[in-house]
Amino acid sequence: MSKKTLVFGYLVLLAILHQDFWLKDNASLVFGFLPATLAYHMGFVCAAAIGWLMVIKFAWPKGLEGEPDSDSASEGGAE
Amino acid sequence: MTQVVIICIYLAMLIGLGVVSRKFFRGGSADFFVASRSIGPFVLFMSVFGTTMTAFAMVGSTGESYRVGVATFGKIASSSALVHSAVFFLIGLRLWSLGKRNGYMTQIELFRDRFESKGIGYLLFPILVGLIIPYLLVGLLGAGSFIGGVTRGAFPDVFASTGGAIPPWLTSLVICGVVLSYIFMGGVRSAAWANTFQTIVFMIMGVLAFTLISSKLGGFAAASEMANEAKAVRSGNITELQFLSYMFIPLSVGMFPHLFQNFLTSKNSKNFKFMLIAHPISIMVTWIPCILIGYWATGALMPGTDTPIVPGAASSNAVLGIMVGKLSTPIIGGLVGAGVLAAIMSSLDSQFVSVGTMFTRDIVAHGFGKDRFSDGQMVWLARGFITAIVIITFLFTLAEPRSVFTLGVWCFSGYASLFPIVFATIYWKRVTKAGAYAAIIATAICWFMLFKASGYGANGSYLFGGMMPVAAMFAACAITLVVVSLVTKAPSDETLQKFFPTK
Repeated sequence: MSKKTLVFGYLVLLAILHQDFWLKDNASLVFGFLPATLAYHMGFVCAAAIGWLMVIKFAWPKGLEGEPDSDSASEGGAE
Repeated sequence: MTQVVIICIYLAMLIGLGVVSRKFFRGGSADFFVASRSIGPFVLFMSVFGTTMTAFAMVGSTGESYRVGVATFGKIASSSALVHSAVFFLIGLRLWSLGKRNGYMTQIELFRDRFESKGIGYLLFPILVGLIIPYLLVGLLGAGSFIGGVTRGAFPDVFASTGGAIPPWLTSLVICGVVLSYIFMGGVRSAAWANTFQTIVFMIMGVLAFTLISSKLGGFAAASEMANEAKAVRSGNITELQFLSYMFIPLSVGMFPHLFQNFLTSKNSKNFKFMLIAHPISIMVTWIPCILIGYWATGALMPGTDTPIVPGAASSNAVLGIMVGKLSTPIIGGLVGAGVLAAIMSSLDSQFVSVGTMFTRDIVAHGFGKDRFSDGQMVWLARGFITAIVIITFLFTLAEPRSVFTLGVWCFSGYASLFPIVFATIYWKRVTKAGAYAAIIATAICWFMLFKASGYGANGSYLFGGMMPVAAMFAACAITLVVVSLVTKAPSDETLQKFFPTK
């Protein structure tokens, strides 16, 4: 399995884990002040940032760089 | 009074920034509309992030957390951390590439080319501009509510009818004037610079307000102990299906006209890398303080008394302003007020430039021909149209206000439900002109019917089939697009070669 597949698999898994139904009745406070679901979603955001870091490292598209400069292209679309 | 002086100094600094950016203005429409595609990674990120974070993120999130609890963060902010970056990567990067290669400045130019249709622009223009108006309203209503909250009692003789607070219409008028002035001086470059400055201001001030409020309430733990426990959980506040269907809303960033324009200002594609990582973290830094302030407000009492800080009858829009106004010093209140206005104005400016760009490029230049008006005249036409839209929006603020959060959700839902069109434009060769027309019309009808059924946003808890209305609108768009495209004539080889070049 390629690194690219693993990275995108990780992001899909995150999308599934967003639905934290197992915490929906948990009113406990993490560190004495953060409601459990809020603490979970803060961790989720950090995990998402790590996922995007991996995308940049292992799955950044090739071929976008070195596109023709727009200065030499026509301005505007269909007329 | 101190708060007002600090906010006025801040607004004067923004006008000063506009004056400086004017010196860099190269005079042409390409510079006014896309800053000659010269923006670097840091300013690109700050500009895009500042644009997506508006009154919705500060005033709206605090009010929604007060109303339905901390699940507000999960339903819209943490999902955005994943989905926004996904859209920047899958859509933004490709749009930048297509825009640079073919010289596009607006979405409509792209869609006209891709769908080989001049008419699609005339169908999309009123929808895209029409959806921006509630987005602008979100900013103006949020600013009015917040400033009203922090200045309550400051001017009892001048503004007796509002309990001494600066009335919302005056706040709206002043911030519209300030944003228009710096936009008119330097166009999108001015907006990008102002956004960078303002994004730094609102992130720092949000954390400052959070720290001071928690300190006044006896610390983080004491503040959370006082809060209503029922607001710490999702049960009873938001259903599973509702929470799930909120995931569609962040897709709106793929169809925001002002973000399309922000993407095009980038100097190169590598600039998107920083944005992909910094955006989720910045969402958390901005939202968490507001969510916790809203949560604490559900049970917070004035120190040493049994009096609730937020009166039971208070509007959810006013919660942040009341908490800051009652729990901080006037100087801090002024600084946080400047931060909230920064968040709001950093969205308004990009939206103003965007509607001006669409009007001149997609309607005037397209309808009358590119050579009918000079470059300078085009910039002035853009300024005139922006002013007209601002006046219309300002008049709407005088009508019965809606919840900032609810209004924002309806606006974002409209853009999010058009997402299948931009996705198909980039990734699906078989999508057709007829499919795009049918999908746009189906989405517009569906949006209007559901918005009407919600009492035009008055029912903030309106669901369709147990889900957020965006799910039905998104499905209507996607299904119509696919079905109609499959039974109609495929695009020409020339168009396919332009959008999917074989190497």
